[in-house]
Amino acid sequence: MEKVIDFLSFQDPTVRLVVAGTVLLSISAAVVGCFAYLRKRALVGDALAHSLLPGVAMAFLFSGQKDPWLLLLGAMVSGWLALGAMELIQQHTKLASETAIALVLSVFFGFGVLMLTYLQHHGGGDQAGLDQFLFGNAASMRSSDLYAYGLVGMVLLVIIGAFYKELKLYCFDPDHAQAIGLPTRGLRYLLNTMTVLATAIGIQSVGVVLMAALLITPAATARFWSYRLRTMLFLAALGGAVAGLGGSFASYLAPAMPTGPWIVMVLSFLALVSIFLAPRVGIFARMWRQRQNQRKIIRENLLKAFYHGLENREGDQAWLSRPEWQEQRHLPEWEWQIGFRQLRRHRWILRRSGHYRLTERGLAEARRVVRLHRLWELYLSRYLALGKDHLHPGAESIEHLITPEVEKELLRELDYPEQDPHRSPIPYKS
Amino acid sequence: MSANKEATPALEVHNLTATYDRQPVLWDIDFSLPEGSLAGILGPNGSGKTTLLRNIMGLMQPDSGYVRLLGQDLAKVRAQVSYVPQRESVDWNFPVSVSEVVAMGRYGPGKLLRRLRRPDRDIIEEAMEKTGILPLAHRHISQLSGGQQQRVFIARALAQQAQIYLMDEPFVGVDAATEEAILNLLGEMKDRGQTVIMVHHDLQTAQDYFDQAVLLQTRLVAAGPVETVLNKENLQQAYGGRLNVLSKVGQLAAEKQFPLREKAFRERKKPAHGEGD
Amino acid sequence: MTIEGLYIIIAAMLIAASSALVGSFLILRKMSMMGDAISHAVLPGIVFAFLLSGSRAGLPMLMGAAATGVLASLLIELLYRKAQLPQDASIGITFTWLFALGVILISSYTGQVDLDQECVLYGEIALVPLDWLYTGAGGALAPRAIVYGVVLLLVVGLYLLLGYRGLVITSFQNDFAAALGISTAFWHFSFMSLVSVTTVLSFETVGAILILAFLVVPPATAYLMTHRLPVMLVWAVFWGLLAAVEGYFLARWIDGSIAGAMASVAGLNFMGVALVKQALKRKKRATALHTAAVK
Repeated sequence: MEKVIDFLSFQDPTVRLVVAGTVLLSISAAVVGCFAYLRKRALVGDALAHSLLPGVAMAFLFSGQKDPWLLLLGAMVSGWLALGAMELIQQHTKLASETAIALVLSVFFGFGVLMLTYLQHHGGGDQAGLDQFLFGNAASMRSSDLYAYGLVGMVLLVIIGAFYKELKLYCFDPDHAQAIGLPTRGLRYLLNTMTVLATAIGIQSVGVVLMAALLITPAATARFWSYRLRTMLFLAALGGAVAGLGGSFASYLAPAMPTGPWIVMVLSFLALVSIFLAPRVGIFARMWRQRQNQRKIIRENLLKAFYHGLENREGDQAWLSRPEWQEQRHLPEWEWQIGFRQLRRHRWILRRSGHYRLTERGLAEARRVVRLHRLWELYLSRYLALGKDHLHPGAESIEHLITPEVEKELLRELDYPEQDPHRSPIPYKS
Repeated sequence: MSANKEATPALEVHNLTATYDRQPVLWDIDFSLPEGSLAGILGPNGSGKTTLLRNIMGLMQPDSGYVRLLGQDLAKVRAQVSYVPQRESVDWNFPVSVSEVVAMGRYGPGKLLRRLRRPDRDIIEEAMEKTGILPLAHRHISQLSGGQQQRVFIARALAQQAQIYLMDEPFVGVDAATEEAILNLLGEMKDRGQTVIMVHHDLQTAQDYFDQAVLLQTRLVAAGPVETVLNKENLQQAYGGRLNVLSKVGQLAAEKQFPLREKAFRERKKPAHGEGD
Repeated sequence: MTIEGLYIIIAAMLIAASSALVGSFLILRKMSMMGDAISHAVLPGIVFAFLLSGSRAGLPMLMGAAATGVLASLLIELLYRKAQLPQDASIGITFTWLFALGVILISSYTGQVDLDQECVLYGEIALVPLDWLYTGAGGALAPRAIVYGVVLLLVVGLYLLLGYRGLVITSFQNDFAAALGISTAFWHFSFMSLVSVTTVLSFETVGAILILAFLVVPPATAYLMTHRLPVMLVWAVFWGLLAAVEGYFLARWIDGSIAGAMASVAGLNFMGVALVKQALKRKKRATALHTAAVK
């Protein structure tokens, strides 16, 4: 507990430094990842991250120390080699791009592992620190590392800000970008370089293996909340930041634990929450909407049945008994129950000793539903080449969907008809 | 429905509605085709031709409505129905030879474990001979021209020895000789009383090729004998753009994720005719 | 070569041969990255198997762990269909999450699980000769990894023997297979199960990521060489076996990770074949141009 408070108060300057560094790294990776995600190249990012390992090991082999700039250089070199290899394989062989990605990923990683183990067996100095690239370890970063990586992360964010418009256009519609004269080739190189760099600095905190999560998961999560790129980038950055914070926290509590898995757990948790809770596209929102739709259908079906009852009655009394009402339409009992409740709540029916009548507004509503049903039948018979006996099912459901604007258009198109194809009158306002 | 009371139609599509992401691509399609017809499914791009075929073949679950082939559910008559997908739907680098692809026509759910028997081999050879690809039998499929690739698919369909053939744009990207050869084959099949239904996009040739036509524009514009379907008014309707109201309602349905059919009216299986108003 | 070296090579060859066969269909179905995802996703299953059964998980337990791989493929399907995420993102999210869970479990139960973080990535093939399986009577049977390898090869061989046609037709054209009434879901999930079993049984030996090298690289090399599937399968197995042998000696020579060396040489073999292929193509084109010019 004490440690938690220690951490959260940010009193310790090393804690502050580590947190700031990890958060910044995660943010820049998450933001760059959005572009990879939108270009549907999320898994290329995964392959890239794995492919950086030989470069990192090589840099270490030549310098004998963990100099951040040298490691970045090594990562750049092997990242570009991997990208080039993927492109060559795709262009000159019949292998699918998928296969090319998996091939480059596994071979480069295998080579990296070979070099890493070689270093462990032969190298002097603090080669043990190289392991952290596999799963990341935020706490073990030194301040000089943090400054270097933090700087790169800042530069990436600034570049994205500067070329925001161009990048956006390119990601959403490369052909259009080319057509209006944007240097698409240059933009592609820029994005690739940024992905390599973001991956190179990101592996400090999550490691090579789980880097894909830092690129993909925040972007996918943000997408649930917004379709606007600006908002999406911001939200992805926020998700990355929260995960970075969580990761460094875990690392602070248990220094032996790798940071990467914890960051990924936080990211995945955020994604899971979004999948269920996001407005409009979230699973709960969809279930709620479906429930609302169903309620609307039930209540309007009851109104329609009542209207039919009124049409079929003898004389013109406004009250119908429940059996009279229910015989108009065969619906399961539970639907009647829900429907009654709904109609009462909307104040569309009145009840008197087992008999019901529609209120003014209820009647108008019933008329509207019946009108839409009959209009749609007419529309179907006129435009969809449907026989008379096939009209009814198509008009069910659509009658509940049509909005006043569409209704107006429908009326205009059908020229304010008087009768439906079955010669039933179409009820208008009066 | 009244015209062909004497025989079961080869294909009967009943109030079929299909959606992608809740956006309707086929609205209440309802028509039937008599046995022994050579029918074209026509319509502009994006009018749902391929979707209709996929629904007929059970590769997509319709939102509502059902399909009858030879008066039965597809599951019951599957062996009588052959499907020829679009040529682009496969990777032509896949390591199989021409004869191996044609042999797939003799596979089936119960026949995956055993080797093909002599009669099967004979059927496969005959199918290749009929389509003129027997000399290519051992070639790899990537070494074929577009026309030859299409012939391979047709041969595979012939090897199924079905009653109904559903083809998705078999004339796209093929040479004139192949088109001619395929047409002759189709004519022979028709004479044997088999039914061929194909998605076709060339209106110019439709009049000559088919005796029945189905004109689509997400909805059914017209279906029936080709000369009555392909009149100016129908073509105007099919190619003169979408119906305003229909596409708006479609958008609404997608937006509000509204079901296009109430549960009680989906009748995917049993044709329980409920007459209403 | 020592007897220990021989055990290592045999274990690697068994895995290489099985993976080459499974991987050939993996790349033909264009599901290499799905293979990658599954090889990561089985980790939590394996850790649970270890936790439940003490230090070394038995065969039945590991088969249970393979269910995690199938679960992962279901989860990917679910994200893709229900949450409407792009396919590649669904894969990325699912496998990183499950793998992270596995790594956390390992680090939290270090004492109880005989796995460590590095082993998870590149296996402990060097330990093959040290871990023996005993018969009921107490006599030594064979190194565990070799027994697992034999079991794996038998499973893979049996599946391919029975499922060859079904696998070919669904890989070539899924829609056509479905139109014939063949259950495409059955073939998809049974094949995913096979991939899972392959990764689980090879896990301790070559690790999560290097199994991908065995699954993808030799079949990709073979794919460049031939147009006939049976020939491709034979070549794939050949390249797998070759990489296993070459890799072992490379690793001995430079004293590094054996599995890593195997992946590296597999890559080199691929590069060699691709370059030769490219040169031949260029030569052919040149001759064609030449004859055309002469005419």
